[in-house]
Amino acid sequence: MSLVTLMGLGVRLGRHQALSHVDFSIDKGEIVTVVGPNGSGKTTLLRSIIGAQKPTSGKIVRAKGLRIGYVPQSLSIDATLPLTVNRFLNLPLRHDREVTEQALSVAGAQGLQERQMSALSGGQFQRILLARALLKNPDLLILDEPTTGLDQPGSAALYRQIEQVRSDLGTAILMVSHELHVVMSASDRVVCLNGHVCCHGTPEIVASAPEYRALFGSGTQGALALYRHDHDHHHHSHDSHSHEHGTCDHA
Amino acid sequence: MLDDFLVRATLAGVGVAIAAAPLGCFVVWRRMAYFGDATAHAAILGVALSLALSTSVFTGALAVALIMALTVSMLTGRGYAMDTLLGVLAHSALAFGLVAVSFLKGVRVDLDAYLFGDILAVSKSDLAVIWSGAVLVLVLTIWRWSALLTSTLNPDLAYASGIDPKREQLVLTLGLAMVVAVAIKVIGALLIVALLIIPAASARPVTRTPEAMALCAAVIGVVSALLGLRASFLWDTPSGPTIVCVAAVIFLGTNLSARLGLGKL
Repeated sequence: MSLVTLMGLGVRLGRHQALSHVDFSIDKGEIVTVVGPNGSGKTTLLRSIIGAQKPTSGKIVRAKGLRIGYVPQSLSIDATLPLTVNRFLNLPLRHDREVTEQALSVAGAQGLQERQMSALSGGQFQRILLARALLKNPDLLILDEPTTGLDQPGSAALYRQIEQVRSDLGTAILMVSHELHVVMSASDRVVCLNGHVCCHGTPEIVASAPEYRALFGSGTQGALALYRHDHDHHHHSHDSHSHEHGTCDHA
Repeated sequence: MLDDFLVRATLAGVGVAIAAAPLGCFVVWRRMAYFGDATAHAAILGVALSLALSTSVFTGALAVALIMALTVSMLTGRGYAMDTLLGVLAHSALAFGLVAVSFLKGVRVDLDAYLFGDILAVSKSDLAVIWSGAVLVLVLTIWRWSALLTSTLNPDLAYASGIDPKREQLVLTLGLAMVVAVAIKVIGALLIVALLIIPAASARPVTRTPEAMALCAAVIGVVSALLGLRASFLWDTPSGPTIVCVAAVIFLGTNLSARLGLGKL
């Protein structure tokens, strides 16, 4: 059974129809990337899945007892709020020191416990957010543009870390990204969103889909080489899915 | 002991300070200073209404403060320019309140007592109301602490942790209206927000965690109340403003000490 299944999801934000007829599902251990232009409903999609946004139509089915770890797009901590990394990780629930240290090491952010959140670099900050999301041992990790504000080596390193999480813990990963080609090569599946699902499938299929090219152009294909991940290991759970082959509907 | 008006005043000041400080931290972190002002100023309208209807001032102030706080809460995030809207609401509530009081014929109203507080006139029953309200607010704040803090950091983070940030906002709104209602007699509608914000802002530069800041703010609030009362007695100055003056001096002190690189809690 899928971890999360969306059936005909529609979300209206005021007068704006942010999402319509979105069918989507994510399975155990998958990395799925959502791409799409600004205002295409990517964040709304994620917010619906975590329960922050009520759907106006359609249905969201979550697996029983599903644990979701969430990394928000931007987290600006007001300068008037003193907050150590340790305190941040223990919010809202307290964890044992060993547990937080374990999460920090998985996220590649050891030794930062006593630092103030405001004193962290962009990369460190994102890793702390990742560590916090990992604390409750999630089945599904949801990341909204996790590399915002990072330079290219920084974001490549973070994506590698995220993939490491998947291979170490078997966590399914759903993320939104702007860095299309960089992130696409690390994904099992890509969903191209523009208010509705334009096309989805393997990165190769989506990258060559006319809908995708219409949205993003094809001039940056060369960037695919920036971050190649290791393709020689196989993820058992995929073969049975029809979406693995990719479809592009002309909506 | 409670027969001494100075003892009653001291207890009233300490009670309000302890309740206001932790809540004040959220007012600072969430940038709700104007929100507090609107709520506090609306209380004057509540005072006028309760005098006209001859009900208790506490009830009237609480009711109108609560209505104002809920209204503002509801308008938040609906695309209004909140800063301007709050400015409009805060000052018109005050103006309407003052005009409403002037309509009260036959009742001699000492407006100063509600604008600037009249801590020396706190009665035993006032004291009971103040402390009940203060304890309630404190319990509410401590009970919801983690959820409030998570919602303050980021609403979506709260949702993902199974917390409804809208409910927490309501908790905060309730607490704020309650503080306003109990503080109006002690410090006055015009300076209530000072008692929320200044202790919290004074605690900020010398603390490293939210809890330390709240605790430190409470201590600073209590010290301000004690020293302020003492000073106002010695120099025959108005008590409410004197308490705020002491808090402001402490604010200056902690900020300077942080600049000098002294230690943090």
